[in-house]
Formats: sequence, C-alpha cells, structure tokens
Amino acid sequence: MSAPSGVTFATLMKDVRLEWRSKDAINSMLFFALLVVVVFSFSFDPLAEESRQIAGGLVWVAFLFASVVALNQTWARELRNQVLDAYRVSPAPANSLFLAKALGNLIFVLVLEAVMTPLFIVFYKLRALGPAWQLLPVAILGTWAIVVNGTFFAAMSLRTRSREIMLPLLLFPITIPALVSMVEATKIILVGDPATSAKFWIVLLATYDVVFTTGCLALFETVLHAE
Amino acid sequence: MTYLYVAYAATWAIHVGYLITLAVRYSRLKQEINDLNKK
Amino acid sequence: MKKAFPILGLLTAALLSYALYDALIVAPKEQTMGDVQRIFYYHVPSAWTAFLLFFLNFLASIQYLVRRDPETDKVANWVVITFAVLTCVAAFVIKLVPDLMKALPEGVELSSIATTGPIIAGIYFLLRKLFSVEDSDALAVTTAEVGVVFCTVVLVTGPLWARPVWGIWWTWDVRLTSTLVLWLIYVSYLVLRRFSSSGQTPVLAAALAVFGALDVPLVYFSIWIFRTQHPQPVIGGGGSIDPRMLRVLLVNWLAFLCFAFLVCWSRYRLERLKRQVEETQALEALLEPRGAVR
Repeated sequence: MSAPSGVTFATLMKDVRLEWRSKDAINSMLFFALLVVVVFSFSFDPLAEESRQIAGGLVWVAFLFASVVALNQTWARELRNQVLDAYRVSPAPANSLFLAKALGNLIFVLVLEAVMTPLFIVFYKLRALGPAWQLLPVAILGTWAIVVNGTFFAAMSLRTRSREIMLPLLLFPITIPALVSMVEATKIILVGDPATSAKFWIVLLATYDVVFTTGCLALFETVLHAE
Repeated sequence: MTYLYVAYAATWAIHVGYLITLAVRYSRLKQEINDLNKK
Repeated sequence: MKKAFPILGLLTAALLSYALYDALIVAPKEQTMGDVQRIFYYHVPSAWTAFLLFFLNFLASIQYLVRRDPETDKVANWVVITFAVLTCVAAFVIKLVPDLMKALPEGVELSSIATTGPIIAGIYFLLRKLFSVEDSDALAVTTAEVGVVFCTVVLVTGPLWARPVWGIWWTWDVRLTSTLVLWLIYVSYLVLRRFSSSGQTPVLAAALAVFGALDVPLVYFSIWIFRTQHPQPVIGGGGSIDPRMLRVLLVNWLAFLCFAFLVCWSRYRLERLKRQVEETQALEALLEPRGAVR
C-alpha cells in the first residue's frame, strides 16, 4: 500500500526539485499570464463596474492559457531521457506516475495563481463583495480540473504532429463544464449578490473532478503503454 | 423564405461535399491498389 | 451484399425526395414563424442522427478499449447487463415510491426508462457480435466522421433558422452551445486520429471518445444551469406538436437515418479497404530488402 504512494511522492518531489532549480515552467507561465492580463486590459476599461462581471472569466482564461504552457512540457523531460520507457518496464503502477505529474502541475499552477492574483486585484481594482474564502475551493477544484485532464491529454499527444496545438485542441472542449463552473462561481463571489450562491458551481466542479480523475486514472495505463 | 431554401441547399451541399471527399479518397486508394498489383 | 447498395441507394433517394416534398408542401404552415419553420424538418432529424452516431461511436470505442483483453471484456459484459437490469428495476422502483415519481423530470416516461437500458445493452452486444475488435475501431472512425457531418448541418441550419425568427444568428442557449461543444469534441477526436503518428492511435482516440462521451451530459447540464439564470429566447415550443408536423418530422428522420446508414456503410468500406492496403504495403516493405539482396 505504501509502495504506490511512495513512488508518487518520490516522483513528485523529483519534479518539484527540478522545477525549483530551473524555474522553466514557472517563468514562462508567469510571463504569459502577465501578457494576457495586460493585453486584455487594452480591450476594455478595467476600472468600470462591468469589469467586475467579466473579471471572473478573464482571470480564468489567463490561467487556462498559462497552464497549457506548463502542461505542454509536462512529459517533455521524460521523453528526452527515455524515462517513459524505463517506467513502462518497471513494476511501478502507471497511476503513480500520472498522479505525480498531475500533482506537480497542480502545484505549479497554484503557485502561478497565488502570484498573479495580487496583480489582477491591482490591475482591475477587484474586490470580492461576496464570501471571498469560497474562492479557495474554486481555485483548487478548478485548477485540478484543468490539470488532471491536461496531464492526461499531454500524454496522449506525445507522438502527434503539432503537439503544442493538439493539447489545447483536445483539452478545451472537454474542460468547458469546468470552465463554466469556475467562471460563474468567481463572478458570483466577486459580485456578491446575496440572492446568489456559488455553492452549486462548486459542487458541479467537484463532480467534474471526481468523474474525470477516475477516468484518467482508469485509462492512463492504457495510454502509457500505447506510446 | 429564402432562409429556408438556403438552409436546405446548405444541408445538401454539406452532404454532397462529404460524399465527394469519400469518392476522392476511394479513387486514390484504387490507384494505390493498382500500383501494388503491378509490383 | 454489394448488390444491395445501389437498390438501397435508389430507395433512400426516393424516400428523401418524398420527405422533402412532405416538408415543403404537405406540412402545414406554422402560425407564428411561417414557412421558415420548415427548416425544423431538416434541423431536428440531423441532430437526432448525429447524437445517435456519436452514441454508436461511444459504444464502439468502449468495445475497442475493452475487448483487447479477455478479462476486461468479461467485466464489461457484466457491467452492461447489470446496467440493463438496473434500469428496468429502477422503473418499477420509481413507480412504487411516490416521492421518486414526483422527482421525475417532465416528459420522461417510466416505460422509456425501462426500455432504454436494455436497448442500449442490446445494441452493445449486437455490435460485439457483428464487429471484430479491429472492426470496432473502423466503426468508431466511421460514426465519428459521419456524425460530425450531420452535426455541421445542425450548426448551419440552426442559425439560418434563428436569424429570420429572432433576428440573431447565434445565442448561447443550452442546445446550440452543447451542440457546438459536442462538435468541437468530435472534431478534436478526428484531428487526433489524423495527426497521431503512434502505432496505437486507435487506443488513444478511443480513450478520447470515452472522455468526450462522459463530458456531454456534464456540458449539457452546466450550460443549462448557466443559461437559465439569464433571459433567453426559447427554442421550439415546449408543448405538444401538431400530429401532421410530427408525421413529417418522423418521415424526414427515417429518410435521413437511411441516408446516414448508406454513408456510414460507404465510409466503413473505405476504411476497411484502406487498412487492407496499408497492411499489404507494410508487408511489401518487409519483403523488399530480400528481393533487393537477390
């Protein structure tokens, strides 16, 4: 029982350590997200009252695009050093590798969100009029939704031409329910209308996460051996 | 009124277009089969 | 078998022509929308056909994933049978428990719950019998492609109907948006198949198809809740339909189903032929060096 989680933990730590030293993914994600924020701010006046309505969607679009940057290089390191082949041959369960990768991506994107959120608040003069603490489950559940499917599809697109395009092409349609939930929940929390509650969207996000985490775990072994 | 005819025409244009792509793919395959047979 | 094709083709053409005549001339003119409403007779059958084809793709993809290993195959068979039995039993249970009866959504009949499960199971086992594992994959590609074609028709005729009736080309209401997302998911499926150069493309594509199918109810549900919070134009009357219109609708659906069947058949034959050619070419490549040495 401890063996699979041990493998997961070890792989996760390796990835975090590697990333901490090189800061590849984090830097490119940060820069990308910042660019997106600035460009969006040109398209409308971020100080107007309506922007509070739109800000939820914007923030998540920026994070989604930035996550794709990280997701694209998830498996690149493994592919370069033939680690995947070693993994296929080893008795370690494929799911441990997947979980480690997905959790690693989750940590990276959450770090990104933690860094970017103060910037968003400053640029768009955002202030949560509703229960701000609810943003935490929205952020965690929502990021996991993007990351779990993204890691899975990144593995799927490893041997495809135009790999960098394939990932968003596969990922975006599938994540639409999660995106809708995230955006709506964020909007409800920011606007703070007492008649509305984000609880329904958080539950939907949790359902989405459960369904697709199960799906990814069930099918990852197949995908790993299919490359 | 015209929207109706455009819609019907578009439907058949899409279907016929797809059938044409199928026919093109068929003829290319037949060509490959001929090449293989010659070998 | 092959001789049947032209005959069926002619019959289908005749049926389609009759259906067209029905839709344009015989069907009564709608009170509020006028003649434009007749787009309905092409729009709705295309949608139903597309959904059916995507559902077949889902079943074929599951079969491809599951049948490669005898263990998972057995498990899957039992899961399908259990599903069928459970839906039947559920219908009876719902009838007996008044609270559940009240919770039943509008328009959902107990008999449809009881019969849909076994029908789905029946289709699953029929596919299993008719198609080998490799052929299931060919069927998956076929149904996905033809499904996308019919879905495209839905997305094109939809706005063409909406524009004269409501004055807008597009609205982000439940049905249009979920159909668009459905179209996107299956287009991405086809793109994956085209661009993947792995030898195991069918497996990956099948996994994607299963994901897509899981996603569809979630999409529909999330957009339904999303959009019912805002005012929106209502598509198609919620209430009853004129029986003459219903007849024309069903005739058109039958005609399009026959047409879809023939198109799928052609596409399937093309796929099988393509695979045979590829196998032969692979064999040729293996045998050639020997010939060159001689």
